[in-house]
Amino acid sequence: MVTARHGATLEVKTRAQLKSGYHANSNTPSEAYLIPMRLTWAPGPLEATEVVFPKAQMEKYDFSPVPLSVFTGDFELVTKFKVAAGATGGPGMMLGKLRYQACNQNSCLAPKTIEIKLPVVIQ
Amino acid sequence: MAAILMLGGCSSSKSVSAAGALMKTENNRKSAPEFELKDADGKTVRLSDYRGKVVLLDFWATWCGPCKIEIPWFIDFERRYKDKGFAVIGVSMDEEGWTAIKPFVSELAINYRVLQGNDAIAQLYGGVDALPTTFLIDRDGKIAATHAGLAGKDDFEDGIKKLVARQSTALTGRSVPAILFGAN
Repeated sequence: MVTARHGATLEVKTRAQLKSGYHANSNTPSEAYLIPMRLTWAPGPLEATEVVFPKAQMEKYDFSPVPLSVFTGDFELVTKFKVAAGATGGPGMMLGKLRYQACNQNSCLAPKTIEIKLPVVIQ
Repeated sequence: MAAILMLGGCSSSKSVSAAGALMKTENNRKSAPEFELKDADGKTVRLSDYRGKVVLLDFWATWCGPCKIEIPWFIDFERRYKDKGFAVIGVSMDEEGWTAIKPFVSELAINYRVLQGNDAIAQLYGGVDALPTTFLIDRDGKIAATHAGLAGKDDFEDGIKKLVARQSTALTGRSVPAILFGAN
């Protein structure tokens, strides 16, 4: 849960752990056919102004002629928020969606969307 | 900290290689589940339409890098073995549908039938957690071999050669090598 005053800005970290042996395309994949990672937030008491992704790794896999821009292991996404104009004081909820697509050395999993719930209290 | 998210699936990531070596014996093969899917022209296609042919059934998607490695091999197999009673069927698992599939088919000059898949067919074929997943189906509609993940071209071709060399038991009542037919 995060607490914020009217007019404030804040940063919230979302930590992800990718299973060993897998990589997920970064937010800026190397090839057009690859599905990028995206973190989006629905309107709520906070307004997301920017999502900062970690620095991607360039990794070469047997199935790709070029190195791919990926995330592996543990990494954090940082969302910069500001309290929405007209936000009602008291408890609320921000709903986020993390969309990603992961592969290992020889197969790929279907794209997935994980829902994130962030309780908020506006003071 | 908003959340700690665990990404990545639990599906088997093992590559079942050497299709020829891992070909199931005829007595141990299970029937490939029947399905009805649409092709690019909107025509309904059923697996039973291909009874009597050897079928390579490939589950793939446009966003799957390993799939792109295999598809040119399958194009080659379709060209070289179709006159021997062989066919490739590609089942695309792209959620975006033909909007995504058709340009990809055109770009790679895919010469075999591509169908739009769905969750139902994936469940029929064991879940298809990872792509590519490929099934080699004999002339009697039974699954002779399964590949989960990228395999070698020779692995597929060894299996295809073995299967096209056999006639359907439905024609003869017993499985015999095709070369015996027409012998004096």
